[in-house]
Amino acid sequence: MRATDTTNPEYFHKVVDCQYACPAHTPVPAYIRLIAQQRYTDAYLINWESNVFPGVLGRTCDRPCEPACRRGRVEEEPVAICRLKRVAADFKDEVAEMLPKAGPPNGKKVALIGAGPASLTVARDLAPLGYELHLYDEQTKGGGFMRSQIPSFRLPESVLDEEIGYILDMGITTVFNTYVDSMADMLTKGYDAVFVGSGAPKGRDLPKLPGRKEADANIHIGINWLASVAFEHIKEIGKRVIVLGGGNTAMDCCRTSRRLGGEDVKVIVRSPFEDMKASPWEKEDAMHEGIPIIDNHVPREFVVEDGKLVGMTFEKVKAVYHRDGRRELVPTGEEPEFFPCDDVLVAIGQENAFPWIEKETGIRFTSWGTPIINDDETFQSTRKEVFFGGDSAFGPSNIITAVAHGHKAAVSIDLYCQGKDLSKRPPPDVTLVGQKMGIHEWSYDSIPITDERKIVPLEDLKKSLSDRMVEVELGFDPETAFIEAERCLNCDAQTVFTDSNCIECDACADICPTSCITFTQNAPEKELRGKLIVPAENPEQDLYVSGKLPTGRVMVKDEDVCLHCGLCAERCPTAAWDMQMFFYNVSKATPNLVDVK
Amino acid sequence: MSYYKPKFQHPKLPKNSLGYTVADYDGSISTLCAGCGHDSISAAIRNACFLSSIPPHRIAKLSGIGCSSKMPTYFLGRSHGFNSVHGRMPSVATGASVANRDLIYLGVSGDGDTASIGMGQFVHLIRRNVNMTYIVANNGCYGLTKGQDSATADLGSVGKYGTQNPFEGIDLASLAVLQGASFVARSFSGDKEQLEPLIRAAMAHRGFAFIDVVSPCVTFANNVGSTKSYAATRDNLEAMPVDFVPMREEIRTQYKEGSSQTVTLHDGSIIHLHKASKDHKADSREDALMALQAADRTGKVLTGLLYLDPTSQDLNHTLELASQPLNSMGKDELCPGSRVLKSINEGLR
Ligand SMILES: Cc1cc2nc3c(=O)[nH]c(=O)nc-3n(C[C@H](O)[C@H](O)[C@H](O)COP(=O)(O)OP(=O)(O)OC[C@H]3O[C@@H](n4cnc5c(N)ncnc54)[C@H](O)[C@@H]3O)c2cc1C
Ligand SMILES: Cc1ncc(C[n+]2csc(CCOP(=O)(O)OP(=O)(O)O)c2C)c(N)n1
Ligand code: SF4
Ligand code: SF4
Ligand code: SF4
Ligand SMILES: [Mg+2]
Repeated sequence: MRATDTTNPEYFHKVVDCQYACPAHTPVPAYIRLIAQQRYTDAYLINWESNVFPGVLGRTCDRPCEPACRRGRVEEEPVAICRLKRVAADFKDEVAEMLPKAGPPNGKKVALIGAGPASLTVARDLAPLGYELHLYDEQTKGGGFMRSQIPSFRLPESVLDEEIGYILDMGITTVFNTYVDSMADMLTKGYDAVFVGSGAPKGRDLPKLPGRKEADANIHIGINWLASVAFEHIKEIGKRVIVLGGGNTAMDCCRTSRRLGGEDVKVIVRSPFEDMKASPWEKEDAMHEGIPIIDNHVPREFVVEDGKLVGMTFEKVKAVYHRDGRRELVPTGEEPEFFPCDDVLVAIGQENAFPWIEKETGIRFTSWGTPIINDDETFQSTRKEVFFGGDSAFGPSNIITAVAHGHKAAVSIDLYCQGKDLSKRPPPDVTLVGQKMGIHEWSYDSIPITDERKIVPLEDLKKSLSDRMVEVELGFDPETAFIEAERCLNCDAQTVFTDSNCIECDACADICPTSCITFTQNAPEKELRGKLIVPAENPEQDLYVSGKLPTGRVMVKDEDVCLHCGLCAERCPTAAWDMQMFFYNVSKATPNLVDVK
Repeated sequence: MSYYKPKFQHPKLPKNSLGYTVADYDGSISTLCAGCGHDSISAAIRNACFLSSIPPHRIAKLSGIGCSSKMPTYFLGRSHGFNSVHGRMPSVATGASVANRDLIYLGVSGDGDTASIGMGQFVHLIRRNVNMTYIVANNGCYGLTKGQDSATADLGSVGKYGTQNPFEGIDLASLAVLQGASFVARSFSGDKEQLEPLIRAAMAHRGFAFIDVVSPCVTFANNVGSTKSYAATRDNLEAMPVDFVPMREEIRTQYKEGSSQTVTLHDGSIIHLHKASKDHKADSREDALMALQAADRTGKVLTGLLYLDPTSQDLNHTLELASQPLNSMGKDELCPGSRVLKSINEGLR
């Protein structure tokens, strides 16, 4: 294998598993250390710079970082990264004064269509540069799906208002209660660029299922229904409710139903329980509220009596997995099952819809209905001044992905408005600094604690179910947050190896608690992986390979389960190993939006 | 601050036939200087015991005084141990081995502890063929007392402060061969591939097994001019590889005729020796001495299994001592009383 090139920042970036997995690449371990130091405001600011909505995301993020967390590979549970983010938001001081302000006007004007997280991120990144920003949305307030879809018992309105406020206060011109019905018109309004962050607003239906038309009064499309609840057009639902679907929308629908009068609420889903799209914790939360999830049931009919919905029948299936990975739902042959109900919520997915973008604008779409985009770095459409991001770009995803798209689109828009080449992107902001304080002392808590993951306390169930505005999760208190923060392995404290210092005394390989380091003859990667002290069987994790050492061997470190404990560096007589703190901040239109020491 | 090792281990750490991982053979975290050769030897001992699936409670670690003699704290934390006074570990080991022959005795000493203050005791271990493994972590200096030249320091070797050693060094391996040791090996702390099988073979051997291990003192003898630095040892190393195949395990490797020799130990385990020269015989004291002398003349550090007598009789056999450990005998057996004493005395009249 070739010697590892650690001058490429992507090598060490990948070692920071959580940050690497985060679509916006939030510097997770850095903010977790700040929480442990009770520097909540700084922890918040680092988050805010990266993901724009720490208070929102600390409650609602899909948390792609947690399954990636290294801790999950050395014990049962990853660090509660997401809920620590909320801790930063809960305990921070007043931050408004520390946030950047709109820059002096630069003479350029940009329209943002849809006021969801994608557009809001573009606005936040461009405002300090002096852009004049016009934010359009058909809703009365900003936030997009964060406001219309995510129920208040998961995300209090006050949190949303605060974080959207930070952005709107940067001199953004809002054009709310305004549905944009023509892109062609928009393009004549003198904007230098247009960003489309209109989401994936169309909920799927079951138009062909028998009884659909007749029962229409009691069948509701999940996302439309949730929006109506959020904007208080709908205040109640029948006592017996069936929710169709297995994703997070279904979970929000069933839990909202329980708060609007639904007593017998069930989720009925086609796929097996394990295959459901909803996050495991969302399923747990629903079941905790007394909502059964009935899997392997495919809808057959809306049963109507005397012109009114009385229930639904389902065909029972079982999942058969084929060798090519394909899944087939095969009927079991049992009698169809009938479930009585008063209302049905259909939460079986959403789609993109751009009825307002005319063909003659030159914006072209794929057969999936998503816009054709230059590449997933620039987010430029086939019409060069129009950019897409968030759910509108590649279909339904989540808030943090919308934010990540927003950062990239803002960079593109800025380059475009300056007449620069979109492919020449600014590099990430990277630092790598030694952490040694003494023979046995590092500037971070190097030895990992063995405490198990802390559970977030919940509001009393009865109280939660009585009012949809009552937040269910109470968040960590500072003491619990400290322990949870200490569970972080500080994966950004990189083990940096200097070949020329090594005298091959083996001390590092001998001390390493998780047997990461091997000195051996070099070989092609596959062979090398097999001959380490413990074979490196996780191909997603890199091998760190040195140049040739005096004995002809190389140092090979399997990054997989390194604890970043620093013992290798402590036992090294020649400082061939050093622990160096790696900070990586993705490129943004405005670099360094906040000031954290 | 890390004065202890994290509890987490590699989730796929292999297990031996007892179900233990190598971490089950760990001791406390070392307090020796970072990079000390002794730590590598500790790791080799740990690995050897793991690989040979020796139950930790069946091992007794013995040592004297010195950095090297501190080593037993840093491996096999669940074994027995006795840290004796300087140079007196041999008498403690002799007593222990005759009192309880069910334990496996592992002595760890230094060149000062063995070749200076302990020399008188050391040679008697050899002479009596006490059933134990005796490892000298040989750094050519008194590490613990700040690096003075020891009795094994080579003539002309330069100390950290620039002085040359004016005396001829004692070669413990030659001495052991000459004195009649039944198992004599030399190795290097930085060569675990050789050291591990040697330790496993030594522990399987019945009788006195001696391993002289060059083990650089990074703090006081790793300077330019020192003959026992990492660099000098590597430059002059002439290693004869060793494989150890324990009893019950299948032999997989094919060995070339002539360059290697196979020796079967009393318990059925097998040692493969890759020899320095074709006609060198591992069971010949003359060959061993010649090879050592030849290497010494050219400034080479010859490592590997130098001499082995697999049929040797240990002290317990020679003296026909009780085969049962004394601690398992009752009071009456241990102290048969005045009537038995009387009859013995009668027999001597
Ligand atoms: C029920 C539900 C729960 C969810 N829960 C979570 C969660 O817990 N965590 C998470 O990370 N993600 C969640 N998501 C997904 C998340 O809300 C979206 O992925 C995210 O909001 C997409 O952001 P966006 O900026 O692309 O657009 P959106 O947030 O969808 O905002 C688009 C906005 O554009 C407006 N708009 C559209 N067309 C026009 C037009 N022509 N003129 C004017 N305005 C227009 C819409 O009204 C909307 O306000 C959930 C989604 C649903 C449906
Ligand atoms: C009776 C007695 N004399 C002298 C000493 C001082 N002393 C302590 S360790 C040591 C030498 C140790 O040298 P060595 O055995 O080579 O061990 P190293 O530290 O080099 O590993 C001496 C002389 C002592 N502890 N006890
Ligand atoms: S920091 Fe060094 S000693 Fe600690 S686990 Fe990682 S490689 Fe091993
Ligand atoms: S401890 Fe340092 S000098 Fe020794 S082998 Fe490891 S990196 Fe090399
Ligand atoms: S003084 Fe020398 S022998 Fe003692 S611990 Fe330090 S390096 Fe090892
Ligand atoms: Mg010594």
